[in-house]
This record gives sequence, C-alpha cells and structure tokens, in this order.
Amino acid sequence: MNSKKSDFVKFEQVDKSYDGKELVVKGLDLDIAEGEFLTLLGPSGSGKTTTLMMLAGFETPTNGEIYFDGRPINNIPPHKRGIGMVFQNYALFPHLSVYENLAFPLKVRKVDKSEIEERINKTLKMVSLTGFENRMPAQLSGGQQQRVAVARALVFDPKLVLMDEPLGALDKNLRESMQYELKHIHESLGVTVVYVTHDQGEALTMSNRIAVFNDGKVQQLSGPNELYETPVNSFVASFIGENNTFTGTVKEIASGSAKIETDSGETIVANPIAVSSSGEKSRISLRPERVSIDPNEQLENKFTSEIREIIYHGDHTRVRVNLLGNDDFILKVPNASSDLKLNVGDKLDLGWSSHDCRALDY
Amino acid sequence: MTAEIRTSDGELLSVKLKKVERRRRTTAFLLAAPLLFFIVFAYVIPIFQMLGRSIDNAEMNSFLTETHEVMQTWDGSEMPGEDVTSTFYYELKTAVENKYHGKIATRLNYEKGGFTSLIKKTSRKLKNFDENANFLDQFIDVHKKWGDIEYWLALKRGTDAYHFRKYLTTFDYEQKFDGSIERIPEKLRINVTLWLRTIFVAVGVTFCCFILAYPISHLLSVLPTRYSNLLMICVLLPFWTSLLVRTSSWMVLLQKQGVLNDTLVSLGFVADESRLELMYNMTGTFIAMTQILLPFMVLPLYSVMKTISPSLMRAATSMGATPFHAFRKIYFPLTYAGISAGSILVFVLAIGYYITPALVGGAKGILISNRIAYHMQQSLDWSLATAMATVLLIAVLVVYWLYNKIVGIDNMRLG
Repeated sequence: MNSKKSDFVKFEQVDKSYDGKELVVKGLDLDIAEGEFLTLLGPSGSGKTTTLMMLAGFETPTNGEIYFDGRPINNIPPHKRGIGMVFQNYALFPHLSVYENLAFPLKVRKVDKSEIEERINKTLKMVSLTGFENRMPAQLSGGQQQRVAVARALVFDPKLVLMDEPLGALDKNLRESMQYELKHIHESLGVTVVYVTHDQGEALTMSNRIAVFNDGKVQQLSGPNELYETPVNSFVASFIGENNTFTGTVKEIASGSAKIETDSGETIVANPIAVSSSGEKSRISLRPERVSIDPNEQLENKFTSEIREIIYHGDHTRVRVNLLGNDDFILKVPNASSDLKLNVGDKLDLGWSSHDCRALDY
Repeated sequence: MTAEIRTSDGELLSVKLKKVERRRRTTAFLLAAPLLFFIVFAYVIPIFQMLGRSIDNAEMNSFLTETHEVMQTWDGSEMPGEDVTSTFYYELKTAVENKYHGKIATRLNYEKGGFTSLIKKTSRKLKNFDENANFLDQFIDVHKKWGDIEYWLALKRGTDAYHFRKYLTTFDYEQKFDGSIERIPEKLRINVTLWLRTIFVAVGVTFCCFILAYPISHLLSVLPTRYSNLLMICVLLPFWTSLLVRTSSWMVLLQKQGVLNDTLVSLGFVADESRLELMYNMTGTFIAMTQILLPFMVLPLYSVMKTISPSLMRAATSMGATPFHAFRKIYFPLTYAGISAGSILVFVLAIGYYITPALVGGAKGILISNRIAYHMQQSLDWSLATAMATVLLIAVLVVYWLYNKIVGIDNMRLG
C-alpha cells in the first residue's frame, strides 16, 4: 500500500532572522502532504519566500528543524536535497540550449544518454514545447521560457517542486492559461508542489491548500474555498478577495450571532468568529457579492445607502456607496440586471444575512 | 508586384524617409565631428607619417639622386665605373657646399659601419680632387675604404627611395650586399629576445591579472552596493594616481633596501646578506605591471558578472550540481565575455608598456617598447624605431582581429 504521507514536508518551530534584530519567520509549524499543491500566499516581506528558500536549502533556519520525507534537512546542502525549483525570473542558463538546460540535472545525476533524450522528449511534450530543443533561451517568449523552467524542474523526477512566483513576469492572459497548465501538470504527475505567490487569484485557482502569510506567521491554512468564505481574521479577510469592513463594539453575544454597534451608532447582526465577549472591539467583514440590493426577503441587516460612484467593468458594475459612515462600501452589480437604474446620489436599500457578515479581530 | 508606397502628401516613402532621416544624421555627425577631426589630424595622420618613416628614404634619395640613377646600371660585380664615381663626386661636392653631407654620412653609416669617418674625411679632401683625373683612384687615395666594393654597394642601397631592411633588423636579420638574408651575429641579437620577452610578460601579466581579478570581481558583483562601492574605490584608486607615482612607489617597496626586503629581513625570513632581487629584473616588471593593469581586468569582469543572476547558481545547485560543478558549467562560461574583454585590454596595454619596465625593469626587465624609445632618443635610428612600432601595431591589430572573430567586439563592456 502506497499511502500518502500527510507530513511529507514538516516545518517544526522554524524561526529565521537575517540581521539578528527582526524575525522574518516566526515559530513556523507547517505540514505539507505528499502530492499536495500548497501555496504560500502573502504580501511582500511576509516571510513566504524565505520559507521557500529554507526548504530549498538556500537559507538556513535560525531555529527549528525542517523535515523532508522524514529526514531532517537543515544540514543537507541544496544540491543533495533533490528538490526541483522554478525561479521567479526562470533562471534558465542563457548559454545553453533548451535541450542542454533540461539535460543539466540529468547529466549531474549521470543518467545515460538515451534515457536523457527520452526523458527530455517526454517532459517537453508535457509542456507542449516539442521542437524547441535547439532554441536558446533568449529566442523564446516569456511564456515559453516559463515552460522550459517548469520542465527543467520536473525532468529529473523530484518528489517536491518549489515555485517562487513563477508567473510574476507574464502578462495577464498568459498567466491565467499557465495557471491551468501548471494545475494540470500537478494533477497528472502527482508531484508535491510548494508555490509562492502574492497573487490571491493565482493561489485560489491552483492550490489544494493555501497558507496565508503575514508578518512572518501563517495566518490561516486552509483550502481556497474555506479561505475565501470563512477567513479567520481581518488580515485574511482583507487580503483575500474584496471586502467591506465596519468597525464597532460588541454589545450582545450569543452562539451564532452577535449584535455589534458600529462607530456610526447603528447595530449590525454579525457572525461572531473572533469575538467572544461583549465590549470587545471588532472589525466586521462582508463580501460585496453577499450584499443584496432592494432586498425583499427577510434579512437581519437592512440599511439605506447613498451612491457615490459608478464604475463600469464590462461583465459587472461596481458601485461605491456610503453606508453607515463607510464611504468605500463596494457593491458588485452583475450586468444581467442592467434594468437597474443607478445614478450617483440615489438612495439604495441594501441587506445581508448575519451569517455572511463576519465579526473578526480588530 | 507591389505598388510603390507613398506618404499622404504623395512623395515616395523611401525618399521622404531619407529626407527626414538626413537631419538626424547631420546632427549626429556634427556631434562627432570635433573628436573625429582631432583624431584624424592629431592621431591618425601623424601615426601614418611616422610609420612611413620605417620604409621612407626619400631625403637621402634626393641628396644623391643622380648617383642613385647612374648606379642602377652598375651590377655591383666589380668596382663602379667613372660614370658613377664622377656623379658621386659632383653631388657630394654640392652636399658639402650646402652642408648636408653630415646627414649623408649618418644615414650611410646605418648601411655600413665606417661610413661616417669615410664621408667626413672625403668631404674635407674634395677640394684637392683633380676633376680631369680618374675619380675612383682619387677616392681610394683619400681613403682606402673606397677600394672596398661593399662601400659602393652600400652607397647604392643607401640611396634607394624606400626599403624594407629595417623590418629585417627588427627580427635580428640582415640583408647581405649580395641580396641574401641572414641572421645577424649571435652576440648582436637583441630584438628577438625582447619580442619574446614582451610577449611572455604580456601573456604572464594578463594571466596574473586574471587570477587576481576574478575573485575580487565576483565579490564586487555580489556584495551589497554600499560595500561594493567601497571595494570598487579600492580597486580604482590606483587609476586616479599618476602612473609615475605608482611605479615609483613600487621602487620604494621592491628595492634591495626597500620596505618589503626590510620587513622580510626583520621577520627573519631572509638573511640580511641575501636580500631578494625584486627590482631591475623581470620580477619587478611583473609585479608592478600586474598591479597597474589590474583595474582593466576587474572592470570588464565586474560588468559581466553583475549581469549574471544569482538565481542561476541556485538553479544549478537545486538541480543537484555541486557548487563547484555549477561554477564550472554555468558561472564560468557566462563570464567568458568579461574574461576575453579584460584579457585583450590588459594584453594590448601590456605589450606596449613603457614607463614601468623602464623604471623597475633594469636591463633584464626591459621590453620592446623600451627598445623603440632607445632608437627614438639615443641611437636616433627613427626608421628602425618606427619599423618596430609598426610590427607592434600589427601584432595588436592581429590580436584584436582574432578577438573580434572569436568573441565579437560587441561583447566588450567596461562597466
């Protein structure tokens, strides 16, 4: 029985500091399952790339231990770890052809010639670059270079592949199609992937699980769906997707519902996630798409807003309104309902369920 | 068949484009013009004039034009006839009257030793000549050397309008009066030794510079800017110091009673009576030239290394290459352009280096450029000096051509 390990990669109490004054990564505990596509998501300086570099072996943890396939690897140099890596700027060897680039990890491993050729052909086919063997990297487009970089990280069959913002330099369309391609490659090979990005869309599209980093710590580790729908704190809520917030004080709290008085004096019924007692300050998070316009059904929260700005976005229209003292409250109106006549200055009735409105930490 | 493309106002596109471009080209030319004129008049023309001297003998030819012409019919197998000797007599007489016989003497002395005294003595006695008697006999009466046919052969050869014999001398060969080319006697040979030494020193200094510059350039390229700037200043500091000052400092350091020897003696590594000979030999030339030329290797190497992304080495090691293997297969090949640019710079500068070998080289450490200077300033054989300079120039151009063939001149970068 070939059971998948749930702690294929394990970070145990890992700290990292570069200057001895500040911790870039703080007490990181993270298990990565075999065959998983795990994304480290966070703003720049959040410690996600440092975490990846420690796993690759280019940085040494200041404290703690990293295990890879059951072995502690702190003292194993990068070239003995057998981890494939795709770099942000591709890091293709500019003086070697595509074929030679791909042959490099195999030659290092003293794979014999016929097998090298066979494996390269197979890998190039996988990234749809058959026929590009003799091109030099400079003769390839950004997307093609990216594919070569991925192929090169996979050609020696590593059990773990690390990707450091590999799609960062591509334009939007190419980035989206590459996301699907990477996802399919991951699914067909079953290789474990640890992926670093600051692009939440990318993370949500590709990952099995996402670890949201901020300030050197994992804020939330869960699947894309859960992360978007049920953020556990206000950082995650604001970092993932679009988000309307109110700040207020808890007045009354019961299981599944809390009455919160906003700074403007109104009361919102919210879902208590990170608040437990009355008197606590809280930041309430509400996704724009969970807000109904002109609600006729029974909703706990119903308020009137005033339209400030209307921005046409093609498939939907974004409407900025003033609601309960929040001047940046955003609504997304699908263009199918264009019978709705919206004008700046109009009053608009809005409503939402208490369940969708999450009371988080302040 | 494609239709001619015209612009909106009906003009041919190609014509219009040229018109528009002309203005831009003119501006570009005007910007470059001052430097261009300077280079042409102060550099290119003088150099070619100078180089011309290596084969030019027109002045001598003009002094003794008729003698030279008459001598063309003389085959040189026996003593010249009266037509030659009489013409020579009259032209020499004119020379003495106009006081340029000294130049003739000097010039002919390069062809054959002894000519100076011969011409001078003859010039003094010219007034005693009987213009109706046999001239050859009278010449021989004045000086018995005129009876030696080689002097007449030298006279014939020495009045050619141009000649290439200085190039033979450059490589320690000479042309005998019978036309055969032979090496000069062993104890007189010096140029070939100097050429070989020059090439050896140039190659050696280039290699030493490479060995020293490679690690430091790498360090420069990976250090954070504030440290690398400081280090760069240390590398470039010598650049801002006069060459003479630097060379003199090496003399202070390297001489027998110098700082280095004193230190070694006081530390007990070297006995006082056997202080190291670090100067006035090849060692001195090597050490000083390597230090002085080092920045020319560091700068191109640094500029190339700066462009090599550190992620390349990381990528290589992540794929399983040991750091050494990654260096050899990835990093080192990527620095070829810098190595070759630095090497050609240092080599070309080293092959023509003058001041440093002159000051710290001594007799055993001088190079071909010092020999050229010697012929320019002391022996005053400018033809030989320029012949040597021409050979040096051609050697450099060949190196340059090879570099362009192999690496491509576009790859040369200097920071």
